[in-house]
Amino acid sequence: MALPTLLNTHNPLADSAIQRATLDALPLGAGFGEALARAGRWPLRAAGVSVLQINVGKRCNQTCRHCHVDAGPDRTEVMPPDVVDACLRFFETSAIPTLDITGGAPELHPSFRDIVRRARSLGRHVMDRCNLTITRLPSYADLPEFLAEHRVEVVASLPSFAARQTDAQRGSGVFDESIAALRRFNELGYGVDGTGLLLNLVTNPVGAFLPGAQHALEGDWKRELHRRFGIAFTRLYTITNMPISRYLQYLIDSGNLQGYMDKLVAAFNPAAVDGLMCRSTLSVGWDGRLYDCDFNQMIDLGTAADAPQSIFNATVDALASRRIVVGRHCFGCTAGAGSSCGGAVL
Amino acid sequence: MDTYYHPKDLAKFGDIGKEAPELWQKFSEWYAAVFKEGALSEREKAIIALAVAHAIQCPYCIDAYTTASLEKGSTPEQMTEAVHVAAAIRGGASLVHGVQMRHHVDRLSM
Repeated sequence: MALPTLLNTHNPLADSAIQRATLDALPLGAGFGEALARAGRWPLRAAGVSVLQINVGKRCNQTCRHCHVDAGPDRTEVMPPDVVDACLRFFETSAIPTLDITGGAPELHPSFRDIVRRARSLGRHVMDRCNLTITRLPSYADLPEFLAEHRVEVVASLPSFAARQTDAQRGSGVFDESIAALRRFNELGYGVDGTGLLLNLVTNPVGAFLPGAQHALEGDWKRELHRRFGIAFTRLYTITNMPISRYLQYLIDSGNLQGYMDKLVAAFNPAAVDGLMCRSTLSVGWDGRLYDCDFNQMIDLGTAADAPQSIFNATVDALASRRIVVGRHCFGCTAGAGSSCGGAVL
Repeated sequence: MDTYYHPKDLAKFGDIGKEAPELWQKFSEWYAAVFKEGALSEREKAIIALAVAHAIQCPYCIDAYTTASLEKGSTPEQMTEAVHVAAAIRGGASLVHGVQMRHHVDRLSM
């Protein structure tokens, strides 16, 4: 049984302004901009657009406790056809090499497969951020075959190779369904050497701590998932939980907010700044608004005022060196080895 | 709450160097080197430290290496097994001294 979202329980944190105010009220010593300035990196600017990340909606068949989107079955936001078309026209007329489709569960979007076909027909790389369990629903059982046919990179969420931690974060029974889904992907060649079908796993810490070293964890995970379940995968991405939305609520409820933020600030690593995903990604919301990343999107920090604000008037030239909009949540991406939608940045 | 071991006191660990800075520096460098990846991974070293922390019942070390073990990718199940290893060695160490007890019994008994 999926949990209700913040929005539908009328939780104050469903309001992005309250999320930002909650973080801004903490005694941290320095804001993110000041930390960048001390590192000689202010203002932070984009360095081109190599990934177009489209968030096609907030509907999801799961309600994970750490979800920065506040996604769930009770969300109704879905990218309308004119925005989908504008995204694809922007992608087609640019030379951006990668389309990254996210949500919610992006596969629930009625045009998901059309989006994949159009993007792949250009010969560009397409990524599907898949929660795995979507492939276990009867209406989506053929999704793995579709993704394999179009050679879509699957970026799948799995916080732990142990059931209890996975279910604690993602819901009861999710682990077993995820393992079944991974086995199906493996049967199709995903994650198997030599096939070229990429099956990358994403792990977020199940609690108020930072992720470990990605390269070391990847070895452990490959050994354990193979030993326990006979499962193979391509790469493991470690992602730091951002202190926003439902994870922010968890931090507050568990009494960990100040300690977690102190830890992120103390772990600020200037060397991670170059690889921040906001510098190479353009994020599009379900309604066509533009953001520097999916996290900024969820706390309603749009692109800088002097840059395009909507996919309907976006050009790569006008966005390629835009000033990046930052907030205190950004400390999550610069802690330790850094964090991005593609895992650690160092 | 007043308590003999306060979690916040761990942050004062470095104060011990005020009276003997050279010794503290040597300890700090050696300590950092010990926990770097070598023949053992950082995750393995953290979970060994967690087990030892329980064996010597150091509350600061238990907090620190619980966090470190989680951050380096150990699961609570693995950590619990590590604590059992520590407990087994502690318990076994007591029990094996039964041999000394039995030797002494033999010396004193008919």
